[in-house]
Amino acid sequence: MGFFTDTSICIGCKACEVACKEWNQLEGNKPELLLDSFDNTGQLDAQNWRHVEFIEQIPDNNGVVMTPTPIAGGQAWLMMSDVCKHCQNASCLEVCPTNAIVRTEFDSVLIQQDVCNGCRDCISACPYGVIGFNEKTGTAHKCTLCYDRLQNGMQPACAKACPTESIKFGYLDDLQKAADQRLTALQTAGYKKAQLYGRDATVYGGLNAFFLLMDKPEVYKLPNAQNAVLPSRNNLAGYAGGFVTAVIGLVAGVLAFRSNRMSEKSDAAR
Amino acid sequence: MPPAEHFAAPPGWEWWILAYFFFGGLSGGSYAIGTLLRLVGTAADQRAARIAFIASFLALLPCPIFLIADLGQPLRFINMLFDASSGGLAFKPWSPMSLGSWALLGFGLFSFVSFLGAVADSGWHAADPIARILRGTVGAVWNVIGTGLGFFVCGYTGVLLAVSNQPVWSDGWPLGGMFLASALSGSAALILLLAHWRRGVDAGTQLRLATADRNFVMLEAILIAAFLITVGIAGTLGKVLGVWIVLWVVVVLGLLAPFLETRTGSRRLTAVAGPALALLGVLALRALVIFSAQT
Repeated sequence: MGFFTDTSICIGCKACEVACKEWNQLEGNKPELLLDSFDNTGQLDAQNWRHVEFIEQIPDNNGVVMTPTPIAGGQAWLMMSDVCKHCQNASCLEVCPTNAIVRTEFDSVLIQQDVCNGCRDCISACPYGVIGFNEKTGTAHKCTLCYDRLQNGMQPACAKACPTESIKFGYLDDLQKAADQRLTALQTAGYKKAQLYGRDATVYGGLNAFFLLMDKPEVYKLPNAQNAVLPSRNNLAGYAGGFVTAVIGLVAGVLAFRSNRMSEKSDAAR
Repeated sequence: MPPAEHFAAPPGWEWWILAYFFFGGLSGGSYAIGTLLRLVGTAADQRAARIAFIASFLALLPCPIFLIADLGQPLRFINMLFDASSGGLAFKPWSPMSLGSWALLGFGLFSFVSFLGAVADSGWHAADPIARILRGTVGAVWNVIGTGLGFFVCGYTGVLLAVSNQPVWSDGWPLGGMFLASALSGSAALILLLAHWRRGVDAGTQLRLATADRNFVMLEAILIAAFLITVGIAGTLGKVLGVWIVLWVVVVLGLLAPFLETRTGSRRLTAVAGPALALLGVLALRALVIFSAQT
């Protein structure tokens, strides 16, 4: 099961953020004036498991459109309700040394709060900056896909609250069909940049929370397929580099200590 | 190749982790140098070998404290070794943090036994039985295995950083080797420093240690260059420069220290200042790698 977030109909109302905080009893961070459009949460973290991004694409002073889209004569105000992607090949799950991060019966990725010891390796690994460290609990936190609600036959709070149905929850097959139809409709209407992100296996084996975007993934602070790489890619090369260094270091040490031993022997022979 | 794009959040690994990387590196490196002195060196080198094994264990002692203090839930440190949900072992070979936890435990055993052997040879006779065992072939095998684990402790910290999605850390492969080479050069400097203070260490041994130090420094310099090239290719070189230039200056001075030592006249001064500067360079290298990526 998962989410399909259709950013083309997100109105930036933040009902998802509020519903998430309310259901999951998240206190939220201290309010700050970020001077970043209508954004006042800033990022996903331990207190923000949903975060509505506001991306203003407007002409510069010369009237040249920086990132043209066919919306509103070249101007666009993109909004996206970001969330944990519950990746099929999850970086956080891969590196977690305590097995605190598991895949649930709903195919979501969950941090078991009673097992996590707050090492923060998952934060280092998550390519989406989804996971945050909660100072009070001393553990890592992120969206649970409302695991407790799912266990009780309810849909996640954010999807329930979304007034435009930008956030859809359901079985992946159904969501993917709906996403394909919506993409076709948008492209037919002239929105050539519209694209699906994480719908197929090109990004982390597929995302259980995938998106319909109105521009390139990078615009929404999402790594493109080329940059969506697992931490383990560096395992072999990293250890091989260490091994070769160790061998050279040993040789360097032997040369330093052995040379004098030989000269001492030759001195003794004389 | 287009520059890598990173949207990962920083993990907040700071001073405890820096302290662990520094002391863990010195512990592993000192053990390796102790083994080299014991197995390849002359009889005159054995006093320095004992100093190396003692330094290795003493440097290792605070490491678990640093690591536990850094955890959000320090009392759950045991979850690194035992799976709290299944009840079995928490062993994930593809997770450097998991592998490193086990390696640290194993290396702790080897370092502790070698420490006991060294203090027995230095005159603490309660540990004589252990020292007797360590003098023969068993001791050589023990030292070789311990060196393997020690090398792992020196280098896996770099691999741990690389196995992430953080800028700088994950942009290349050299961090593991770079930390290992840096640990070796730092350990050689540490043993030289201790040899100066302890006295009674053969002058020839000190010369050999200085030669080894210079060899290690050359290896470290090559790996630092490789590291800078990889982050340059990835487009994140700017993160490790800028305000971090001050630390780079310390790193460079630390690299030059073993060479300056042989050129300057005042032996007493350089015998302390040279290794101390080299150790500062080792610390600065780790600090700039750890902090630059997270800012």
